[in-house]
Amino acid sequence: MAAPERSDPAPVRAAETVGKAALNSLSSVGFGASLVWDSAYWLLMGRRRGQTVRAQPIFAEMMEIGIRALPIVTLLSVTIGIMLAIQGIYQLRRFGAESQVVIGVAFGMTREFAPLITGILVAGRSGSALAARLGTMTINQEIDALRVMGVNPIRFLVVPSLVAMLIILPALVIWADLVSLLGAGLFISAELGMTLGIYVDQVLTLLQTGDVLNGLQKSLIFAVLITVIGIADGASVKGGAEGVGRVTTNAVVHGITAIVLVDMIFAFATTRG
Amino acid sequence: MAQPVAETSPADAIRVRDLVTHYGDREILHGIDMEVRQGEIMVIMGGSGSGKTTLLRHLLGLEKATSGSIELLGQELTAMSDTELYAMSRKLGVAFQGGALFSSMTVGENVMLPLVEHTDLDPGTMEIMMRIKLEIVKLAGFEDLMPSELSGGMIKRAAFARAVVMDPAVLFADEPSAGLDPVVSRSLDELILNLRDALGMTIVVVTHELESAFNIADRITMLDRGNILTIGTPDELKNSDNERVQHLLNRCFEEDVLDADAYLARLTGDSPRD
Repeated sequence: MAAPERSDPAPVRAAETVGKAALNSLSSVGFGASLVWDSAYWLLMGRRRGQTVRAQPIFAEMMEIGIRALPIVTLLSVTIGIMLAIQGIYQLRRFGAESQVVIGVAFGMTREFAPLITGILVAGRSGSALAARLGTMTINQEIDALRVMGVNPIRFLVVPSLVAMLIILPALVIWADLVSLLGAGLFISAELGMTLGIYVDQVLTLLQTGDVLNGLQKSLIFAVLITVIGIADGASVKGGAEGVGRVTTNAVVHGITAIVLVDMIFAFATTRG
Repeated sequence: MAQPVAETSPADAIRVRDLVTHYGDREILHGIDMEVRQGEIMVIMGGSGSGKTTLLRHLLGLEKATSGSIELLGQELTAMSDTELYAMSRKLGVAFQGGALFSSMTVGENVMLPLVEHTDLDPGTMEIMMRIKLEIVKLAGFEDLMPSELSGGMIKRAAFARAVVMDPAVLFADEPSAGLDPVVSRSLDELILNLRDALGMTIVVVTHELESAFNIADRITMLDRGNILTIGTPDELKNSDNERVQHLLNRCFEEDVLDADAYLARLTGDSPRD
């Protein structure tokens, strides 16, 4: 679609485009922040306002976001665990230090790969689903219907997803930690002739609670990011079915980008001092 | 067809005064004055772009007006807090154009949702009330189906059932007969008349369908390009000597060149789109 022809000189138009884009992204960050704030408000104050957050939709969401994602999370975590072990052994062999692979795998998985892979998978599965649902509901006037019924859409739609995500994403990460370390252990024990028992022993000695917690803290941030981005992108829908497709794609791209960026910042911040 | 309206100035259910609204920079409604009397069926008519949907959205409190006042059941809508809007929402029912049923819930759950959200009734009572309303809209026995399993006309009926489940004082219907065949459309007109007669509701219907409007209306508000063209009973409208009213009633095409400003605006690309 061509922009309407105007008499402004090109640099002015370019500056205007940049300015509008900056303003838009700033306002979507603001919208995201207000979503989190409103969700917290309705979660805590909903009962007093006569609009309690119900448990049943939260369980339904947990089922959808978490349990249905288990097979793919398991598959990818095991694969990445084994991949890390392969690369680790290959690199360390040059220094004759293959047995050090355990520390690399244990730290790498718990601090970095398990939360990252789980976050990306859930963003792809559930962030997009949230955006699609919100987009479709907006277009079908279902959000309007909620509002005229006096049902707060944030309390009804956003809070259950957010709560479910905050519970289930760390749980998925713990699971990913376990199965990826198991997968890596099987490979390492076969490759280096180490028994699985010794491997487990080593992992438990090397890993500290802080390493696992570090990954879990990240997963909580990812949970908020995925939900807020999915909802905000979905709510920004314009046009019909085509618009829903567009916001769904946006949610995945924005979600994964945000996860990877925040992951880097978090890693930087938590490895200082 | 039209019910005689009592002459002794009954209280107004809705009173709109000098309502001006904008969509972005564009002014949509240019100062609307109208009222809807208790117990009447008011049809808001107009072509696309006349501002009828915008007016409805403001009456529902879904949009913020630039200026003017909307009094709903004696309360100023534009000054309401969230809590007051929440309380008001119990007294309003809305049947949206596409039904706006929640696709993840059965028809019955959809109809019961306002009860679940607004009342502490036990589930058995809610189900009975839900079945009563489905009976009224002639959808008895359909409560366990999903909205995707219903036809277009049935979805609209289910939307009416949900809209009236709280026995609202005012019922709004957006394009109830749009996209339906004449028979189904006619049956929805009957449904609206029945709802008013049986439940005594004030009903506001937004439509562009002339036939349906004249079937059900006690009075008709005719909107044209964001202004009120005329308000009157169907007979008054038929006998109107206003040229634009007659044009709209006789479905004449507008002669675009008559409005030189609009013509120019279209040519220069600043034309408001519908």
